[in-house]
Amino acid sequence: MKHTVKGDTVTVYLDGELDHHTAKGVRAELEALIESPRVKRLVLDLSGLTFMDSSGIGVVLGRYKTLSRRGGTVAVRQPTPHVNQIFRMSGLYQIVEKL
Amino acid sequence: MNKINEMRIDFFATEENVAFARAAVSAFLLPLNPTLEELEDVRTAVSEAVTNAILHGYEGKGGTVRLSAELYEGGRAVLEVVDCGVGIEDVEKAREPLYTSRPDMERSGMGFAVMETFMDAVSVRSRLGHGTTVRMEKQLGCGAMPEKAP
Repeated sequence: MKHTVKGDTVTVYLDGELDHHTAKGVRAELEALIESPRVKRLVLDLSGLTFMDSSGIGVVLGRYKTLSRRGGTVAVRQPTPHVNQIFRMSGLYQIVEKL
Repeated sequence: MNKINEMRIDFFATEENVAFARAAVSAFLLPLNPTLEELEDVRTAVSEAVTNAILHGYEGKGGTVRLSAELYEGGRAVLEVVDCGVGIEDVEKAREPLYTSRPDMERSGMGFAVMETFMDAVSVRSRLGHGTTVRMEKQLGCGAMPEKAP
């Protein structure tokens, strides 16, 4: 999973399709990337994510819980209109910033 | 309304097959020239219903999921996802946004809400110990009818 680290921020570029099956691997990789207590912010770049169902809500929400316990935040950027609609209807944007 | 096409596939209830179900329904609908947005809507709804069948209907233990689709003149699509799993005790509760029977799996409880958002109509029939049928309907847009040859 392509990612960059800058200061306390980890930016991860998600691609392909995110459903219940692929969510397991994505979840594990994201958790590993934000494991260090130095990480305070996770930015998910979704421009390469071609499909997402409600499994993606759980993945983002789970990482928000991990980071919020240490006062950190999660943000997403460049979701496709469809992914954006799923996040919006789920109320996720109340806790996750859209850049 | 005249039926112009239909398909039915049975597949094993394993999570790898959710992507297969999405691909199958896309391939079936493509000749009708749906908009990209309509196709995404249907793919997402099918993904939710099939995931529910596998994870909740069969509790991840496997079984057979049936996906069927019917197309009618004018561009109406009717899809059904059927499992012969444990059934849903309280359908109304299961359909509530944020309700999940599996918070341990990081399920968001938004599956039915997503289906309802992206499809025109969603109905659920379920019997405990016998299984669940989710029926979804969607009107595909103006470009829905295949062009007639001159």
